[in-house]
Amino acid sequence: MYIVKRLLTMIVTIWLIATLTFIIMKSIPGDPFASDANVLPEEVLQNIRAKYNLDKPLPVQYVLYMKNLLTFDLGPSIQSETRDVNTLIADGFPVSAVLGLQSLVIALLFGILLGIIAALNHNRLLDRLAMFLAIIGISVPSFILAPLLIKYFAVEWKLLPVASWGTWAHSILPSIALATTPMAVIARFMRSSMLEVMQQNYIKTAEAKGLSPATIVIKHGIRNAILPVITFIGPLFAVLITGTFVIEKIFAIPGLGKYFVDSIFNRDYPVILGTTVFFSTILVITLFLVDISYRLIDPRIKLTSNKGD
Amino acid sequence: MISQKEDALFRPIDRSRLASDVIERPSLSFGKQVLINIVKNKMAMLGAILLLAIVIMAIVGPHLVPYSYSDQNLANGSQPPSSKHWFGTDDLGRDMWSRTWYGARISLTVGLVAALIDLVIGVLVGGISGYMAGRGKLGDRIDNILMRIVEILYGIPYLLVVILLMVIMEPGLWTIIIALSITGWVGMARIIRGQILQLKQQEYVMAAQKLGTSHAKIIFRHLLPNALGIIIVNLTFTIPQAIFAESFLSFLGLGVQAPFASWGTMANDALGVILNGQWWRLFFPGFMIALTMFAFNVFGDGLQDALDPRTRK
Repeated sequence: MYIVKRLLTMIVTIWLIATLTFIIMKSIPGDPFASDANVLPEEVLQNIRAKYNLDKPLPVQYVLYMKNLLTFDLGPSIQSETRDVNTLIADGFPVSAVLGLQSLVIALLFGILLGIIAALNHNRLLDRLAMFLAIIGISVPSFILAPLLIKYFAVEWKLLPVASWGTWAHSILPSIALATTPMAVIARFMRSSMLEVMQQNYIKTAEAKGLSPATIVIKHGIRNAILPVITFIGPLFAVLITGTFVIEKIFAIPGLGKYFVDSIFNRDYPVILGTTVFFSTILVITLFLVDISYRLIDPRIKLTSNKGD
Repeated sequence: MISQKEDALFRPIDRSRLASDVIERPSLSFGKQVLINIVKNKMAMLGAILLLAIVIMAIVGPHLVPYSYSDQNLANGSQPPSSKHWFGTDDLGRDMWSRTWYGARISLTVGLVAALIDLVIGVLVGGISGYMAGRGKLGDRIDNILMRIVEILYGIPYLLVVILLMVIMEPGLWTIIIALSITGWVGMARIIRGQILQLKQQEYVMAAQKLGTSHAKIIFRHLLPNALGIIIVNLTFTIPQAIFAESFLSFLGLGVQAPFASWGTMANDALGVILNGQWWRLFFPGFMIALTMFAFNVFGDGLQDALDPRTRK
């Protein structure tokens, strides 16, 4: 029952996001054909506008767009005359998704490990070292880290390709650049909540029972401490797999990230709405899965007051 | 009441003589205890002193050199650090020392105010949402509505909102802070909600409920203090996030405009020249951001330990 209700609210949420985006988008001054206005005669411009329904009143444009959305047709792209929005997503998303998933795995694996090591060695050398790394990771944003990685690993030591996309080697540097900050954040969350959990009575009970330290940490420690990390990676997952503008630009990766930014500057209305709807769909599904996973990790958690849920 | 009869087997003892009942340690108020804990914590004090030093330098730093943050001297551009220009100069010959400390004012203001706003809204929305979930039909509805608002704010393209703000508002410090705060709190709200969902199943919350404690008191006195560690951690990286977001907004023309400086914009400007070996352009603003981060983090960790009554030794 809970799941059916949530699925219905998801559709409403996506519709609200699309509607609000439509309103904001149309209230910003600008024109997708601003650069053509000087070279093309007025009649031609009017024809082009008519082709994209931009000559119709706003409510009509809105209804037409929503009608297409119901059939999963995201419309044409104004900038790219040969490809429609569905094709743009179909081409770019697999690339961005591979990159995003890879960096998410790196961030989770090393972040959790670093956080646990720090918490188990609270206020000792290893803790200080791990947190020093985390602070550097948080203070150095990807747009600074990426050029440095390219300079050393690609240009000076010639270990990895400078940029572009193709083989797995191409994806290593961008994945690291993307993973660093989330990794540092995850490490700090994990350390903090692990410190809290390790003072709980059930950990003392487990120790008194004679369980091995590894079992205590994995079965009792991590399980109770992982919740903030799960909450944090929910929206991060949606952002990373749909592509990030800066990293894809620096490494010349043909992903989805650039459309989120370029479409807004070009006033490419169908692409703005299409990428937003696509991202929002992934986002609301992810946040739903995060809520469900709370229940799986900690069965005491109640999300609704209905008994059976 | 059972009457206390003199009995050969059970005789009441003279309680005043019981040594174990004497409280030997001085009774301290919570605030005093926190203060003592934090002063004793060397790392936390280091963080506090560093923060104080950065704030003092932001105030007096630009006045220690005879150059203002905006004085250009093209003949003297792109110079490495020297006795004349302690942090070197940028491509327009502006003194980096002066710009770094001047930038500290803008970056620290943006970081702190944005973090504070995130904290207040995030705590309110996350606390109420997490506590109300599973508390009757009305509670479910409150959680549902608040979390859908969070999703909508996550979903609408941030850049679009920023451009809309650019149309409505003048560029400047407060516009940046508003732009950062519109969506900045949603992460904090979700983190706190998750923590509250987990914490409210604990026995002490049930005890408080059965004793008739009000919802607000349970949220603010029992639940949030126990989520404090995670809140402090989240807060400490809201600050650098805001500092970098400010540079992005300034780049778009919404934030501080040239010749004003901020750490984020200085780091951004340095990207083009870092590969030419002009390391000082990136190093000084970058180092200041990292140092501020370090100070906030160790102070935050110390504060977390100090606020936890279980750590009294």
